[in-house]
Amino acid sequence: MEAPAAAALKSRHLLGVAGLDAGEITLILDTAVAMKEIGGRAIKKVPTLRGRTVVNLFFEPSTRTRTSFEIAEKRLSADTLSIATATSSVTKGESLLDTVRNLEAMAPDMIVMRHASSGAPHLLARTCRSAIINAGDGTHEHPTQALLDAFTIREHKGRLAGLKIAIVGDLLHSRVLRSNVLLLNTMGADVWACGPATLMPAGLERFGVRATTSVNEAIAGADVVMMLRIQHERMHGHFIPSVREYFTLFGLTPDRMRLAAPDAIVMHPGPMNRGVEIDSEVADGPFSVILAQVANGVAVRMAVLYLLSGRDADGALDEH
Amino acid sequence: MRLMLKGGRVIDPAGGRDGAFDVLVEDGRIARIGRDLPVDGAEVFEMKRGWIVAPGLIDIHVHLREPGQEHKETVATGTASAVVGGFTAVACMPNTEPVNDHAGITQFILKKAAEAQLARVYPIGAVSIGSRGEQLAELGEQKLAGCVAFTDDGRPVATALLMRRALEYAGMLGVPVIDHCEDPSLKGDGVAHEGYFASQLGLRGIPGAAESIMVERDVSLAELAGAHVHIAHMSARQSIRAVRAGKERGVRVTCEVAPHHFTLTDEALDGPVKYDTNLKMNPPLRSLEDRDAMLDGIADGTVDVIATDHAPHHADEKMAEFDRAPFGIVGLETAVPIVFDRLVHTGRISLRRMIELLSTNPAKVMNLPGGTLGEGAPADITILAPDSPVTIEASAMKSKSKNTPFDGWEMKGAVVATIVGGRIVYRAGGA
Repeated sequence: MEAPAAAALKSRHLLGVAGLDAGEITLILDTAVAMKEIGGRAIKKVPTLRGRTVVNLFFEPSTRTRTSFEIAEKRLSADTLSIATATSSVTKGESLLDTVRNLEAMAPDMIVMRHASSGAPHLLARTCRSAIINAGDGTHEHPTQALLDAFTIREHKGRLAGLKIAIVGDLLHSRVLRSNVLLLNTMGADVWACGPATLMPAGLERFGVRATTSVNEAIAGADVVMMLRIQHERMHGHFIPSVREYFTLFGLTPDRMRLAAPDAIVMHPGPMNRGVEIDSEVADGPFSVILAQVANGVAVRMAVLYLLSGRDADGALDEH
Repeated sequence: MRLMLKGGRVIDPAGGRDGAFDVLVEDGRIARIGRDLPVDGAEVFEMKRGWIVAPGLIDIHVHLREPGQEHKETVATGTASAVVGGFTAVACMPNTEPVNDHAGITQFILKKAAEAQLARVYPIGAVSIGSRGEQLAELGEQKLAGCVAFTDDGRPVATALLMRRALEYAGMLGVPVIDHCEDPSLKGDGVAHEGYFASQLGLRGIPGAAESIMVERDVSLAELAGAHVHIAHMSARQSIRAVRAGKERGVRVTCEVAPHHFTLTDEALDGPVKYDTNLKMNPPLRSLEDRDAMLDGIADGTVDVIATDHAPHHADEKMAEFDRAPFGIVGLETAVPIVFDRLVHTGRISLRRMIELLSTNPAKVMNLPGGTLGEGAPADITILAPDSPVTIEASAMKSKSKNTPFDGWEMKGAVVATIVGGRIVYRAGGA
């Protein structure tokens, strides 16, 4: 049983999945269904956010997430601009708050921020006037990724509750893991987290997941297998001996996929390391919904932007 | 000048005294302690019911930031903060800019302290030149200039060999080596206690073992050198075990705990204000089990001293991303209320034990004058009101920095007055 959708979001920011209840998550996912329909039209644009200004502030390199937000904003007719670290004044020694205060002086309505420091969007939310959307903060949260993952799972499985979902990879450094665990637990899924012992966060048992270092155990009977990226630089912190060995012990191969439920889906938040955490045959195979995730990202971000803009739903999505 | 403290409860563990006595101060020293002393023309300071007359409190772990970081604190503002907090003396850490690894810097600090005329200041010198852990600093020269101990605080003494030599050499000089215990490779770029809350918030962790591994090393080296090591700001339960074991086999090891480590836990990071940089300090706020181990160690005598690790930082520096903000909080003006509220009024320790932890033992550990109210001792006296309500107000603090997680806390137990060398340098409103 899915929780009925809430009427609106409680917070004016989206800092994380933490704080969203099941009704709010359902509201975002339901709204994204309507947004996805817009993306299928010949003219993929509605006037919903006309006259609103959205700043995409990316302090970390990102192609997928930034493009996804930009497309989502443009489809809603917002005025958008994107700032990447290389061109910001941060390189001149300006503090994050001063950078954002200066941007706010030009009266944007929303700020979408990615930042290498966990909690950076929370710092902004305490001091800023704009609505803050977290597009990934350090190793903390990446809420729109978890929402688009949930949307994709729901699209393929019709539900979230009761599904066995195995998340495999670098659990320690993954903001995708944290947001997904919060969301999937809220929605009643059975979440398994698997990775090398060196890449498991302390206190993982209190996250509400089944933790295991056995990839076979995690995948066995899973309805969803979600692979996380392994960064090559992890070898330097003595986390793994080599990516080759990592693939041997944890890589998602066709053989391992056979342990999953017959109609299982394979997901990856990207960017993907072929031959490190996932075999190309699986990534490009019939179970893979990896590109569907990317497509759905736009619809889910449109939903978030729309719901945080404070516009009511009546007729706002009509074609113009 | 003569001053009579009339009718208070004098608690002086060093002198074995606890009872209603008058204290007569003359020429900066304690002239007489007795019942119903004749006033005989002295200025009278009438003690109210319940007030405690204690030997002046001593904080042996304070960062005064001068020279070099005067935007955070100066000797003058730091000692002003000290006397408001009831401290008649502070020992200041050498991680200034430049590092206090030289007699000239020690002399500069002492000159600033003499100008301020508030709390006494006892500089602590660096163990190694620049606290870089490469070459032993001139400990003898520094001691002659006024240093009372040595440490590379902020960093651990880098190698076991350097620590061994420092202990042997400082032992010859009759002063302790203080160590900030932390294995650099285990600490890495951690910013919070390694555990559930840091994991959930995506903050890089520092395990308790990063501290205790170095405590174990230092206990072994103190044993080898037959010298006195003092462990700074202990936070991990394993460290308490290591010190307890060392003491049991007769090693000359002493240790201190800061008020935040026996009051707060890492759970505080999770809200209501998430990522509050006033909860970022090194060592970090640890788990509930660690916090309780600090309380047990304080009660059972394993912990010798409560020291604040007063670490002022400018508001601009603290208004930053959690992992980019500096470590540390101010502590001089919050210590007494916290100790009363969390240790004494909860029944964990007696008033006498409180005075030991804040005055008698700090003086003993650092071989400082003070820590006693014996006749002829310097008249460094703190007057306390155990039952007076206190509301912590960061904006009203005398410290140049206001970085405290205790702003707005309502507690019971206040400082009434602080007397240094017979001079009342602080007197609370209405006292």
